Amino acid sequence: MIAAHLPALQIAVPLIAAPICLLLRRESLAWAWATFISWVVFALAWMMLEKTLTGGAFNYELGGWEAPWGIEYQVDAVNAFILLIVAAIGAIVMPYARASVNREIPEHKRGLFYTAYLLCLTGLLGITITGDAFNVFVFLEVSSLSSYALIAMGRDPKALTAAFQYLIMGTIGATFILIGIGLMYQMTGTLNMADLAKRLPAVEDSRPVLAAFAFFIVGVCLKLALFPLHLWLPNAYAYAPSVVTAFLAATATKVSVYVLYRFVFTIFGQSFSFDVIPLESILLVLSLAGIFAASTVAIFQTNVKRLLAYSSVAQIGYIMLGVALVTVAGLTASILHIFNHAIMKGALFLCMGAVYYQIGSVKIEDMNGIGKKMPFTMFAFVIAGLGLIGVPLTVGFISKWYLITAVLERGWWPVAVLILLSSLLAVIYIWRVVEAAYFKSGDDEVVVEEAPLSMLIPIYVLTGASVYFGIETSLPVETAAEAARQLLGIGG
Amino acid sequence: MTGSIAIIAALLVPLIGVLGIVGARHKPNLRETVTLVTATCLFILVASLLTPVLAGGRPSISLLEVLPGLSIAFEVEPLGLVFALIASFLWIVTSVYAIGYMRAHHEKNQTRFYAYFAVALSSTMGIAFAGNMFTLFIFYEILTLSTYPLVTHSGTAEAKRGGRTYFGILIGTSVAFQLLAIIITYFTVGTLDFTQGGILAGKASDVVISLLLLLYVFGVGKAALMPFHRWLPAAMVAPTPVSALLHAVAVVKAGVFTILKISVYIFGLDLLADIGVREFLMWLAAATILISSIIAIRQDNLKRRLAYSTISQLSYIILGAMLATEAGVIGGTMHIAMHAFGKITLFFCAGAILVATHKTEISQMRGIGRTMPITMTAYTIGALSIIGAPPMGGLWSKWMLGMAALEAGEVAMIGVLMLSSLLSIGYLLPVSIYAFFNTPDPQNDGKPVFKEAPALSVAALSFTALGCIALFLFPDPLHHLASLIVAPVN
Repeated sequence: MIAAHLPALQIAVPLIAAPICLLLRRESLAWAWATFISWVVFALAWMMLEKTLTGGAFNYELGGWEAPWGIEYQVDAVNAFILLIVAAIGAIVMPYARASVNREIPEHKRGLFYTAYLLCLTGLLGITITGDAFNVFVFLEVSSLSSYALIAMGRDPKALTAAFQYLIMGTIGATFILIGIGLMYQMTGTLNMADLAKRLPAVEDSRPVLAAFAFFIVGVCLKLALFPLHLWLPNAYAYAPSVVTAFLAATATKVSVYVLYRFVFTIFGQSFSFDVIPLESILLVLSLAGIFAASTVAIFQTNVKRLLAYSSVAQIGYIMLGVALVTVAGLTASILHIFNHAIMKGALFLCMGAVYYQIGSVKIEDMNGIGKKMPFTMFAFVIAGLGLIGVPLTVGFISKWYLITAVLERGWWPVAVLILLSSLLAVIYIWRVVEAAYFKSGDDEVVVEEAPLSMLIPIYVLTGASVYFGIETSLPVETAAEAARQLLGIGG
Repeated sequence: MTGSIAIIAALLVPLIGVLGIVGARHKPNLRETVTLVTATCLFILVASLLTPVLAGGRPSISLLEVLPGLSIAFEVEPLGLVFALIASFLWIVTSVYAIGYMRAHHEKNQTRFYAYFAVALSSTMGIAFAGNMFTLFIFYEILTLSTYPLVTHSGTAEAKRGGRTYFGILIGTSVAFQLLAIIITYFTVGTLDFTQGGILAGKASDVVISLLLLLYVFGVGKAALMPFHRWLPAAMVAPTPVSALLHAVAVVKAGVFTILKISVYIFGLDLLADIGVREFLMWLAAATILISSIIAIRQDNLKRRLAYSTISQLSYIILGAMLATEAGVIGGTMHIAMHAFGKITLFFCAGAILVATHKTEISQMRGIGRTMPITMTAYTIGALSIIGAPPMGGLWSKWMLGMAALEAGEVAMIGVLMLSSLLSIGYLLPVSIYAFFNTPDPQNDGKPVFKEAPALSVAALSFTALGCIALFLFPDPLHHLASLIVAPVN
């Protein structure tokens, strides 16, 4: 019974849980409920990935309405993997959240916070699971609206303007996506993805389809923060509550990348996207520019959360570079990096949340000598930071290795050199934090304690994962390779 | 004990030592005992590998496969064994020296110092025994990371600046060049295993192979080939034991060791001899030898002078590798050992002078031989060994390198070696002359007082100085082991 309705439960559980969370009123109950739901969602996502990896892709007709009239959920290796990433990050972040939220968010808003979080989770999962183009837009709005609210709850007054900026940019992006979907519907009369994929080739030379593609790509690139459409991201990440930053950084942009995969490869098809439209060169140039520009800007940040946010923009560049290669190896590297980056960036932002919890700031100059005062937190930061640089035996190395091999396979030697050079920029920005934490002495008078265990354990789960999956690579690599083959329609 | 267990133990023993050192942080005597015991155990373990390797065996172990064809694996062959033997043996001596030095110099954070030192030695063992380029690269990077806190040990602004240069050049070259070369090698050949005769022959075009050679040689920043040499003088801000063991032996030798290893086991000497850019790299090594010798003459700070001397001497080994002959590889390998003993003696002496008299500049060292006769005698022995004069071990490696140059028909290189010996006389011996034949500065009342460094330090530096002489008298075991590198496998 449960097995048959897994896709529906994946969305229904958090969606129904959200209003219940609002009714619970007591902060501790709301947190316990949200944590419980996150774990249930994680278990469901895990079962679904198992099912797709063993039994192949499957469909689910919502309410028994047959597609293309009804809404259909389609689960294959690609989105089952993304679902698992989103759900896992939620499940890891929630136990951490309580201490952090109690410190950063006023009491009367805490219930609302967990409600908004559950809605955001629902939205992100919904975008990923659905097989219906319009449904993508609906869930996109669910996740976006709830994330505007979550970001605005940040303690810094700048959080409000950051949320507003994100709201404006996010709405433009969502509108563009809607225009794109609308034009597709106009030309084909369907919103079902599989159906769209079948009908689009017949009309692909028409101007509305070209316009649909253009609107859609720009809209989705805004949401996934591809350079230079990333302007909303640094402030939103820097001023949002710590938990929100960690959760969104590890999931939100990644889900948007998934939407891009789905539309570019499954719906429009590789030949249209890359032969008719010069998407390859556009993505190649923008991702490389993004990697270098954002990494360079990251070096000059004084707020570590902002620094990591710019680093995220750069990492999106690596993910999109893999897409620009249009090969199985390239897409594998791209999907792999979604997974790996979620782990590393999640860990890094959680570390910063722990620092903020203890010293009330994440500015580099306030972190002088903190390596001695919070040894466990900062050790985790160093390990996850090494991953971001791409040091061997961490997940970051595996990503870079696959990406560079894929680039060499296309014969793009200069790009391989650029990728390695960009790692050096990561060395600099990570090392600035390390230097402050370990090699500058802070004020010894101020007593700073190590973060509580409820924070350290989630931090170490993610940090441990960043090392574990850097050594035992089979699960993410094989799943990513399978997902890449399915996207390109090669093999089964 | 089987070889594979000894390999793993050699990696783990220093790390277990770290736990002991940190555990005994409140009892300095116990802590230093732990260091000494660890170092001794390590040397015994490494020495236990000597018998199987001399018998033609290649103890090996494969730990785990990260990606298909990309595994963490170890294999002991003669070249790695020479390197591991020297590093682990000199660790014992350096530890003895360090106890005297660090206490007399009232250094802070001594626990951190000994702990990172042990980590550095563990990664040195990883480099020495690496069975493939991927494993070597991992330990190469760990070595950089673990020595960074040692370079910045004093925590001053100068130390931090030095640390940045150190870290920037070593990480920068290894990521931008070496890693790229590794990925390209893996991409074209499908393996990174060190194999007798090389793995690249016939697998890639001449252009790609030439490019790879450049990337590898420049990617090994630890070999300090110009123009990537500046990290070494910068690292001289570290406490003297670090300069002595790490920046005269472990770290820099890890660099030239890697170049020898790549030449023999990735390219193979036959392929290497046919690569056009090899000639260019050989001349660059020759230029590095001469230019850094000239820079060394102009340094007044003793440690900086020794650092530039090291840069010059390291390029001897690069030169040996780039001659692409068997004699060149043997000479290069022997020079790793000879230079290690000579240079560590010189650094020990520089540190002893600093501790006893607080002098760092050569111009302040007039007449110091009368107050510190043992130290300055040892200095002179070490200096003669670096110069390559008999009766010191340094003679043999220069001899072999000269033979190799003749064999390869590179007569100009013999000229470079000769000229370099003359230059090294010019920058090393004046210190002895100052010390023994000049009268002390008037401010010392002109009355020499016998004032040596702490006994443990003096014992250590006397020991390595005697080692230089012993290597002159008994070079054969070393030569035999080195010649096994290029001997056909039975």
